[in-house]
Amino acid sequence: MTAPHNSVKNIFWRGFRDGLPFVLVVMPFGTLFGVAATEAGMNILQVMSFSVLVIAGAAQFSALTLLLENAPVIIILLTSLAVNLRMSMYSAALVPHFGKLRTGLKLVISYFLVDQSYALGIREYEERPDQPIDNKVAYFFGIMLIMAPFWYLATYLGAALGASIPDAFSLDFAVPICFIALIAPLLRTIPHIITAIVSVIAALSLAWIPYSLGLIIAAIMAMMAGAYAELKLKANK
Amino acid sequence: MIVDPSKIWPVIIGMAIGTFFVRYSFLGLLGDRELPEWFLRHLRYVGVAVLPGLIAPLILWPQATGGTPDLARIMATITAVTIGIWKKSVIGAVLLGFGTLYLVQYITG
Repeated sequence: MTAPHNSVKNIFWRGFRDGLPFVLVVMPFGTLFGVAATEAGMNILQVMSFSVLVIAGAAQFSALTLLLENAPVIIILLTSLAVNLRMSMYSAALVPHFGKLRTGLKLVISYFLVDQSYALGIREYEERPDQPIDNKVAYFFGIMLIMAPFWYLATYLGAALGASIPDAFSLDFAVPICFIALIAPLLRTIPHIITAIVSVIAALSLAWIPYSLGLIIAAIMAMMAGAYAELKLKANK
Repeated sequence: MIVDPSKIWPVIIGMAIGTFFVRYSFLGLLGDRELPEWFLRHLRYVGVAVLPGLIAPLILWPQATGGTPDLARIMATITAVTIGIWKKSVIGAVLLGFGTLYLVQYITG
């Protein structure tokens, strides 16, 4: 009776269905990135290359912001890659499940390792740790087969729309507002809140430092403040 | 505002390679290695350390107004932060933030 439910095909479609609600989150971000990048003067090939090759919304918005501030390439790369460092934790968390796969599949899975596929995947694998590796892979690809095309499509729609939106809509504000929406739910503990406050105050006070270096210094200070606060809070318990 | 065209491709290619290596790091290269606790403790705060500092100047000194603080943008930020923290709703924060921005812009002309 249970056999059909555990077939690789069924598990693929379960991943597909579980990924479906995230399309609603991905579409507006992709569209706004397409619009903002086009308004900043990128052509359609550049905008699409960004979303297809990098496939990481927050880092793409970071890079775009710093490109607009005319920061040096090395600073842009350091800052945007710092935003993506959290994905190394996802990579580590998947080793017990995917560590034994052949290299080709690991390369493809790594490309598709985004916040949503990690969150859904790890929940599934922790609930059903003993299922065959093929099922785990099928579930992961089910999630991404629904999400990735919508990410590309949304970026394309935004880029196609981009130039036609009048200035009165203040779309320059789309970038900060997207970031706020992404960050606010992360502010769930006191150390996270302290980190955010230090980041804002330090970045504003260090804004005079050339080449956007002030932001990197501010981020390091904020990160250390958060880690220190976590340690202190634990010690006081 | 237009970006410097000579920087676009180096940034795209650099980020594509860098981001891929971050994703592939443990799965493909490092394997089942234990990371020191102090390193993980800092890693937990990287995102929240970079992003607020990145956008704070965009909100306080927007280029669209030539760098002068703008009431509509500040009110929109307060709304989006409140909705984001209180309701944990990404879409809600974006929609109500933009709603506030347009409303204040309309009232103040």
